Amino acid sequence: MTVSVQEADFAVGAEIEALGAGTDNAGAVASFVGMVRGGEILAMTLEHYPGMTEKALAEIVAEARRRWALLGVRVIHRVGRLLPGERIVFVAVSSTHRHNAFAACEFIMDYLKTQAPFWKREDTASGGRWVDARESDDAALARWRGA
Amino acid sequence: MMVKVLYFAGLREALATSGEEIRLPAGVASVAALRDHVAARGEPWAQLARTRNLRCAVNHAMAGFDAAVRDGDEVAFFPPVTGG
Repeated sequence: MTVSVQEADFAVGAEIEALGAGTDNAGAVASFVGMVRGGEILAMTLEHYPGMTEKALAEIVAEARRRWALLGVRVIHRVGRLLPGERIVFVAVSSTHRHNAFAACEFIMDYLKTQAPFWKREDTASGGRWVDARESDDAALARWRGA
Repeated sequence: MMVKVLYFAGLREALATSGEEIRLPAGVASVAALRDHVAARGEPWAQLARTRNLRCAVNHAMAGFDAAVRDGDEVAFFPPVTGG
């Protein structure tokens, strides 16, 4: 299984080890973990579009595989209510060499943030608010266009 | 023709519904025409026409507002995505 959208937390170590299992060709595994920032945020609720979200993530992974020689890819995105410090998203990529693994991991995150249907709602002491999309995320995506 | 229309996130809250089945009159055959058809009901639906950066998907794929809408399609309207 490459892509999961779930309420449950996940074990980072076990996921990374699973990517390297069954092969001795993986010279590199790069991973990213996104977490809920604290500060004024009391909790965060993530909404998704069941069916489309999984499809969009699978398409992003397929595009990464077209661009780089990858061995394994794992994407997990949580939905529902999360507290500061909790994990939101996990991306890990294994490859024969580190450059492909680093690049593909960052590519998947940049595409996920701008192309996969998830929406964040923040709860603060003064009430709830939907998070606005950030132009810096679009700029991060633009780096990969034409690359 | 009949289409299923879904709303997400802030739009879902503002419209107080996550979706509906709509029978479209002849001539409403694009996402833009569907949006305008729903918005013409008045408030709160008129927000669909006012929402800045409104995004849409047809049958689980991101689409432009000029995309065709056919009988049985699932069309979703939502704000820009903010996952990750």
